[in-house]
Amino acid sequence: MLSHPDGLKYVKSHEYVRVEGDVAVIGITAFAADQLGDVTFVELPKVGANFKNEQKFGVIESVKSVSDLFMPLSGEVIAVNEELNSEPELVNADCYNKGWMLKVKMADAKELDSAMDAEQYKKFIAE
Amino acid sequence: MTSTTTLKETPLAACHRELGAKMVDFAGWNMPVQYKSIIAEHMATRQKAGIFDVSHMGEFIVQGPQAFDFIQHVIANDLNKLEAGDCALYSQLCYEDGGTVDDLIVYKRKAENDFLLVVNASNIEKDWAWLQKNKGAYDCTLTDISDKTSLIALQGPNAETILAKIAGDSIKQIPFFGYGRATVDGVAFSFGRTGYTGEDGFEIFVPNEKAAWLWGRLLQDGAEYGVEACGLGARDTLRLEAGLPLYGHELDADISPIESGLGWSVKPEKGDFIGQKPLAEQKAGQVQRKMVCLKGEGKAAPRQGYAVFDGDKQVGVVTSGAPGVYVGYPIAFALVDKASAKVGTELAIAIRDNKVKAQVVSRPWYKASKK
Repeated sequence: MLSHPDGLKYVKSHEYVRVEGDVAVIGITAFAADQLGDVTFVELPKVGANFKNEQKFGVIESVKSVSDLFMPLSGEVIAVNEELNSEPELVNADCYNKGWMLKVKMADAKELDSAMDAEQYKKFIAE
Repeated sequence: MTSTTTLKETPLAACHRELGAKMVDFAGWNMPVQYKSIIAEHMATRQKAGIFDVSHMGEFIVQGPQAFDFIQHVIANDLNKLEAGDCALYSQLCYEDGGTVDDLIVYKRKAENDFLLVVNASNIEKDWAWLQKNKGAYDCTLTDISDKTSLIALQGPNAETILAKIAGDSIKQIPFFGYGRATVDGVAFSFGRTGYTGEDGFEIFVPNEKAAWLWGRLLQDGAEYGVEACGLGARDTLRLEAGLPLYGHELDADISPIESGLGWSVKPEKGDFIGQKPLAEQKAGQVQRKMVCLKGEGKAAPRQGYAVFDGDKQVGVVTSGAPGVYVGYPIAFALVDKASAKVGTELAIAIRDNKVKAQVVSRPWYKASKK
């Protein structure tokens, strides 16, 4: 079964956020990875880039599709997962850990108040 | 979620669900796009064997004293190539202006003037109407058996071994593009040694009520030879890598088979047929555009509709593109100006904000090694 762990925040565009102090670790959910199928390429921004909530921050390609990636909050990118350059399949294998995409210094943690918790997200994707 | 209630299903739909397939709407059919992974299914077919439910494809029978003459009138290839019975021919149906109605395989069966046409699922109704419209006074009958017939493709280097295990060693005598028959457990079926993956293999016609039996046998008897159930996703990446055209991409009402690089299958010299004049002119060199095979740099895949540049000038557009799963680099068919179509030409594909280098390479990207 697809896993959507407790303790993470989820948004409707199928990114998750794991809060670590004032840093947000961002990636796509297991549901999204499963829908995409085999991920073949992830295009991520440079460290230092600033994004607003819901702004497009990258592109993810699977064998059959191309999809945009959207910010679940505002902030400055302080790290990107370089391993996805050579191993994009980590997004399918382990989206919450080795398949993370961005670490962002959050501009306003309150933005996450409107994000979903795991239970709400599971209901959202079942609709 | 979109409702699937209006979608048609093949007799194998329950088998696909049992295997955990992801089902999608394809040309009005609820079809498996993948089971576990497109990449795994693609590699299984290249290295061992894959089976594909292609029952959604259309099958028409043409019989009667002038069946040969009628088909010769509507296809661009020369039906005289099928001298002996039990063999197949790849061809296209073309419009008067040389544009393409559909591409198809014509099987000549044992009897004279007894043909089977296999057409694309998305074009069944259009093709049927086109054939009816052009039948005129030809003395032959057309029968649409699409709804009674299931089609399962068995493809890959182990395909022959697997089918021989089920149907006997005599199937090994069937040549490429030959047609054969077998009876197993009281079930009679027929098959062409054809396919759409670039591998050796068979496309097996079986009555609907026996489709699940055959699917099960292929999975069970093929298990020791590494057979995997494969969806339409892998079928598309396999055919692309093997340089095979797909209607709606490399062939269309405004893309002729000559422009698509299929001149080997167009025979204007055979005599009168629909589209003969423009196709003869095109084959003699009067074409402005050519379908090329591109090898892309980097990892981002070209996709249908992306612009293709020669220097600063747009010279064409991608018709199909994907990661080349087996060859390991991005690949694309593109329809470009003739002047930019030579093998070795350095072009560029606009992928989002980047112009990514792509070289015209010889067709196809992938060719199976001979046994």
